[in-house]
Amino acid sequence: MEKLDKLTGIVAPLDRVNVDTDAIIPKQFLKSIKRSGFGPNLFDEWRYLDHGEPGMDASKRAVNPDFVLNQPRYRGATILLARDNFGCGSSREHAVWALADYGFRVVIAPSFADIFYNNCFKNGVLPAVLPAEVVDGLFAAVAAAPGYALAVDLAAQEIVTPAGERHGFAIDPFRKHCLLNGLDEIGLTLEHRAEIAAYEENRRRTAPWLFTTGTAG
Amino acid sequence: MAKTLYDKLWDDHVVRDNGDGTCLLYIDRHLVHEVTSPQAFEGLRLAGRRPWRVSSVLAVPDHNVPTTDREQGISDPISREQVETLDDNCREFDIVEFRMDDPRQGIVHVIGPEEGATLPGMTVVCGDSHTSTHGAFGALAFGIGTSEVEHVLATQCLVQKKSRAMQIRIEGRCGPGITAKDIALAVIERIGTAGGTGYVIEYAGAAVRALSMEGRMTLCNMTIEAGARAGMVAVDDTTLEYLRGRPFAPAGEQWERAVDAWRGLQSDPDAVFDAVVEIDAATIKPLVTWGTSPEMVTTVDGHVPRPEAFADPVKRRGAERALEYMGLTPGMPIRDIRVDKIFIGSCTNSRIEDLRAAAAIVRGRHVADNVRLAMVVPGSGLVKRQAEQEGLDRVFTAAGFEWREPGCSMCLAMNADRLEPGERCASTSNRNFEGRQGPGGRTHLVSPAMAAAAAIAGHFVDVREL
Repeated sequence: MEKLDKLTGIVAPLDRVNVDTDAIIPKQFLKSIKRSGFGPNLFDEWRYLDHGEPGMDASKRAVNPDFVLNQPRYRGATILLARDNFGCGSSREHAVWALADYGFRVVIAPSFADIFYNNCFKNGVLPAVLPAEVVDGLFAAVAAAPGYALAVDLAAQEIVTPAGERHGFAIDPFRKHCLLNGLDEIGLTLEHRAEIAAYEENRRRTAPWLFTTGTAG
Repeated sequence: MAKTLYDKLWDDHVVRDNGDGTCLLYIDRHLVHEVTSPQAFEGLRLAGRRPWRVSSVLAVPDHNVPTTDREQGISDPISREQVETLDDNCREFDIVEFRMDDPRQGIVHVIGPEEGATLPGMTVVCGDSHTSTHGAFGALAFGIGTSEVEHVLATQCLVQKKSRAMQIRIEGRCGPGITAKDIALAVIERIGTAGGTGYVIEYAGAAVRALSMEGRMTLCNMTIEAGARAGMVAVDDTTLEYLRGRPFAPAGEQWERAVDAWRGLQSDPDAVFDAVVEIDAATIKPLVTWGTSPEMVTTVDGHVPRPEAFADPVKRRGAERALEYMGLTPGMPIRDIRVDKIFIGSCTNSRIEDLRAAAAIVRGRHVADNVRLAMVVPGSGLVKRQAEQEGLDRVFTAAGFEWREPGCSMCLAMNADRLEPGERCASTSNRNFEGRQGPGGRTHLVSPAMAAAAAIAGHFVDVREL
C-alpha cells in the first residue's frame, strides 16, 4: 500500500449529499477481475454524456462539461471535498480504487459511510472528517479561488488552508500508523497467528457446530 | 454488567485486544461471490498465502448470472470471465461453491440462511453490504470490502473497532398489508440514511418478535440503507424452528448443545444502548420511495414532496435534483405515478413468503397494459422449486409476469436485466440510487405486495384497498 504522510493538493468540490458507491463507480465496471484501471470511469454517469461500458477508450468519449471534475480549474486535484454520508450503499472497494486511480489521496467530508471509510485505509486514501460548518466554509473558499489547495498533514492530523487556518481531524491510531507507513495489514495480523490458532481450537471445542460443513460439496 | 446482544457477540469473538481501540475479531462464516472476491484471491496468490480455514467459506455466483436461458451460459464475455474466475479460485483453494448449474445456487444472502450456513452466535462476513441480512439469526453480520475479504481468507480475522449500539423498538402490531419491507422503510424514514452510521442496530419489540425469519431478514437486510453495517434480532423459538434440519445446521446432540448456547443470545433486560428509537407499528403504512435515496420515502396515500418544504438547503437541493432525475412533479399524489416495469426479487425480497405475498395479489388478475415488463426473480434455486411446487409460477405467468432463474438480477443490473433510460420501476429491491437499475432508470422501492399491486393497476395503489 502506498504510504501517505504530507500532501498539498488542489481541491475538487462535489456538492451533493449521500454520494453512493454506485455513483462513484457504476456496476458495469465491477466486472473487472483486476484492482487497477478504474480511474477513467470514476463518476462515469456524471462525468460523460454517453453511456460507458468496460473497454471503451475514455479519450474518445463525450465529456459532460458541467461536471466538476471536467472543469479545467480542478485538473490534477488530489483532494476531494464532499458532503454528508459520502460513499454510502454498496461495499464495493472499486469505489476507492477508482478514486485512488484517478489521483485522489484525500477525501474530506462531514461524514462517511462506514464500509467506504474502512476501504479507504486499505488503499492509501485518507478519509478526513471535518465539522459541517468547516466543510461549508471550504466549499465557499474553493468556489472563490481557482487553484485552491489544502495542505494535509497526517502525522499532525491537520488540514491547513492557504490562509494558515488549521483544522484538526480524528483518526484511529492503528489506521494512522498503517497509512503513514504503508503497512500490509494481513502481515501484521499474521504476527498473531498463534493467538488466532489458540482461539480457534478453543472455539472448536466449545462450539463445534460452528465448524460443520453440512452436506455441501 | 448487563450486556447487549451486540456486546455478547463481540466479546465472544475477540481473539486479542490490540490496546488501541481495535480488536482482532474471529470470523466464523465467510460468504463469497464473484464480484468482490477475484482481487482478494489474486492478493493471496501474489503473497503466497493460503486460506486459513476453507470450511468457513461458502461461495456462489449471483450478481452476474443470467436469469434466462441459463443452459446457454453467460453471453457477456466479461461477466462470464468473472464467474469462471470464481469457479477457478474455488477449485484452486478447495472452497465449497454452489455453481451456476447447482440447484442450490442463488443470491448469497438467501442461500446462507436457507442452507443453515448462517447460525446464531456467528460472525458472518461477505464482500457485500447486504450481509447485514444474516443478523436476523442473532449473528453479528456485516459487509466488508475486497481487502478485508482477503484479510479474512488469510487470517480468519478482521481488525475491528467496536461500534455503538442502537436499539430500535417496533412496539405494537402492524396493520393488515404491512410487511417487514414497510417497517424497514419506516425506520429509514425516521433515522435517515446516515442515522445508523457508526452503530450496530438491534431490532426489538412485539412487531419484530411477530415477524417470521424471512421478515426479520428483510428488516436486517435494509439496515445498511440506514447507515449501520449490522442489524440483528435476538434468538427465539422462531429462529430455532427455522434452522432445525437445515443442511449446515447441527443435528442430534450437537443441536441440543447449540440450542442451549443460542438461548442466551439476547440483550440483558437492563442492558444500556447508546441510542434508542421507538416506532409504533400501528402507525406504519405502505411506503413508496419517490427519490434517489431510500430516505426519500412517503406513504402510498401521500404526495411527492415540494423541495421548498425542506429547511436544510443541502437537502432541498438534493430533493430538487432527485425529482428532476425521477421525472416527478412536486405535490403529485404517489398513486398517480405510473410504472413501466416491475421487479420482484433481490436479497431483500425474493424468498418464498415474498413470492406468496405477491402471488396473492396477482392471482386471477392481469398486468396492466402500460407495464412493459413484470418479472419475478426467485432468490435461489430452492425458492424457485418451492414456489413451483405451490403453483406460484403459474399464477405469475398467467397474470403476464415473467418467471426467471435466481440471482441478483435487476436489483443492480449487472446482468442483462435492467431499466432503459427514463423507465420507471416498482421494485422490491433495496436501493433507488441514480442508475442503480440501469443508466437513467427510475426506481421506487416497495414491498412485494405493493409491487404486485402496481403491476396490476399500472400505477401505485394502496395494497390494503385491494
